[in-house]
Amino acid sequence: MRVSPGFAVTVALRFLREGRMQTLLIVVGVAAGVAVVSYISALIQGLQGNTIRRTLGTQAHLVVQPPEQRSLPSLPLADGAIALRELQARAQRPRTIDNWRAVEQALAAAPGVRAVTALASGSMLAVRGEASRSVTLAGIDLDSYERIVSLRATLVQGVARVAPGEALVGTTLASDLGIALGDRFVVRSGGEAAETFRIAGLLDLGNRELNRRSVFVGRGAAQSLLAIPGGVTQVWATVDDPFAAQGIAERASRRLGLQVESWMETNAQLLSALNAQGVSTSLIRSFTALVVMLGIASVLVVSVVHKRKEIGILRAMGATRAQMTQVFLVQGALVGLVGSLLGVALAALLLWGFSTFVRGSDGLPLFVVTLGWDLALKVPLVATFAGIVAAVAPARSAARLDPAQAIRL
Amino acid sequence: MPETAASAPGPAAQTPLIELRQVRKTYGLGTPVATEVLHGIDLQVAQGEFVALIGPSGSGKSTLLNIIGLLEPMTRGEYLLLGQPVERLGDAELTRRRGDTLGFVFQFHHLLPAFTALENVLMPELIRKGRIDEADRRRGMALLAKVGLAAAAEKRPTQLSGGMQQRVAIARALSHGCPLVLADEPTGNLDTRSADEVFALMRQMNRDEGTAFLIVTHDPRLAARCDRIIELVDGRIAPAGTLTGPMAA
Repeated sequence: MRVSPGFAVTVALRFLREGRMQTLLIVVGVAAGVAVVSYISALIQGLQGNTIRRTLGTQAHLVVQPPEQRSLPSLPLADGAIALRELQARAQRPRTIDNWRAVEQALAAAPGVRAVTALASGSMLAVRGEASRSVTLAGIDLDSYERIVSLRATLVQGVARVAPGEALVGTTLASDLGIALGDRFVVRSGGEAAETFRIAGLLDLGNRELNRRSVFVGRGAAQSLLAIPGGVTQVWATVDDPFAAQGIAERASRRLGLQVESWMETNAQLLSALNAQGVSTSLIRSFTALVVMLGIASVLVVSVVHKRKEIGILRAMGATRAQMTQVFLVQGALVGLVGSLLGVALAALLLWGFSTFVRGSDGLPLFVVTLGWDLALKVPLVATFAGIVAAVAPARSAARLDPAQAIRL
Repeated sequence: MPETAASAPGPAAQTPLIELRQVRKTYGLGTPVATEVLHGIDLQVAQGEFVALIGPSGSGKSTLLNIIGLLEPMTRGEYLLLGQPVERLGDAELTRRRGDTLGFVFQFHHLLPAFTALENVLMPELIRKGRIDEADRRRGMALLAKVGLAAAAEKRPTQLSGGMQQRVAIARALSHGCPLVLADEPTGNLDTRSADEVFALMRQMNRDEGTAFLIVTHDPRLAARCDRIIELVDGRIAPAGTLTGPMAA
């Protein structure tokens, strides 16, 4: 086979230039398709990234739970024996993780785990005068907690500090109770325990429910309110790759013998929504690619028919079937490449427009959407390849043309 | 093999450029409408010869020319191109030999409309080498000058008259120094003056470059000015000296 890229490229370019209107239309068609795919891909990527960031911004990737307390039958049953039994699930007390320091260390040492913190949390009442609200009290070690969920980033007033006698509370809770920075309020357990805290800082956790229910205090204070001296109720961890969380959780669970939940389990609905979104995007992508490829193919098929005579002449002058095939494959590739470059530029323009003109109620962009370099490079590569694939059938029919017949026309 | 009128010896005792032995062509082979259009053609063309192929419409001239031009396979017989049999060659090899050995000039001056006159002339070289260098370009220009079209080098075929297009086609057929040009009614579509010019040009190229020409023509006037005339009648070569039709006179 004689390979002469010079010949194929020269003739392909000239054929495309000669077919002005047709070439222009198909290149614009490819550009439009590529722009839609790139725009939607970037938008969905941005949206998903944003959703995941928001979801994971206030929770850990992994949560180690204490073992559940269950009522077990005290008598083993003989084979074939039938027992009628009434079991009452016992009321769950604040459960603690035994040896949590060892758990913390083991988890921190697991591959892929970035940060670990232990917290003592439970339900309490926050009381100020007549007003009382049910809240979730979280006793934290601020420094290690900060590495998993940043409270400093959500601080709207005051300082992020949970020294003894100090608390950080959600903004909505503060206004519900009618208290402000520096004011004191009482946190009371279901039993007799109660303690007074001064508000060191107000937090906006980005979610109304969290803002209404969150109280952060030092771990020691929470332990005494929850009556679990020295104990913790959960160990939290973040991992490097959020989507590897499930695997890490399963491994850790086997090793620790404790229940380890990943965010993917607790947010299964969100995850399946993200998946559905991903599948729809892939569908849109595939169908657009298909339409674009059919467009390129149909233009080239017409071009082969139009150029029968020229193909015959070229063959008579010594162009091989392989060379004629190349001429049309190169045309497909060029249309794909040029169209996709224009398309990526158009998508970048659309995205710029989106982030400049579409803003949330706060006047800030809804979320960050950018056309990543990987996408901007991948799209033209894929489109060029798609152009070549689309050109295969027309190129074959061009190569099969009988030169004697083609010339006679 | 007996020497027939159609296989007069060439200028020197060389291998004939082309040699056909008992070549037959049947269209629609294996169907009820199978028709044999060439019934055992024996034919030789020597290097540097200038041969006319004449005959009434439907006598098989174009088919014969296509077979000689390796554009169509024959059904039976032998064909030696530069002494080499071509029957068993695959498409790629046939294409290579066609490109290396043969130049074509067609009736409807089949130039490539997307390329300039010079680019058309250089196309066989581009096909063979994949690129055109300065030397090719100079040679192309010299050829165009020789056919009197130096000024039209950058023009597209559509901007040229029929005679001019045919002269470009001749320059193209000669551009890669092939030993044989096959011309299918090269003047059939031209007025008398242009036809004379084009014919004279082919004659001159035959003299200057030593390129052999096999010219299919309807024009007895032009045929008479060739070295040798081969007449095809009903798919057979008429014996020498028994020219029929207008040439008999």
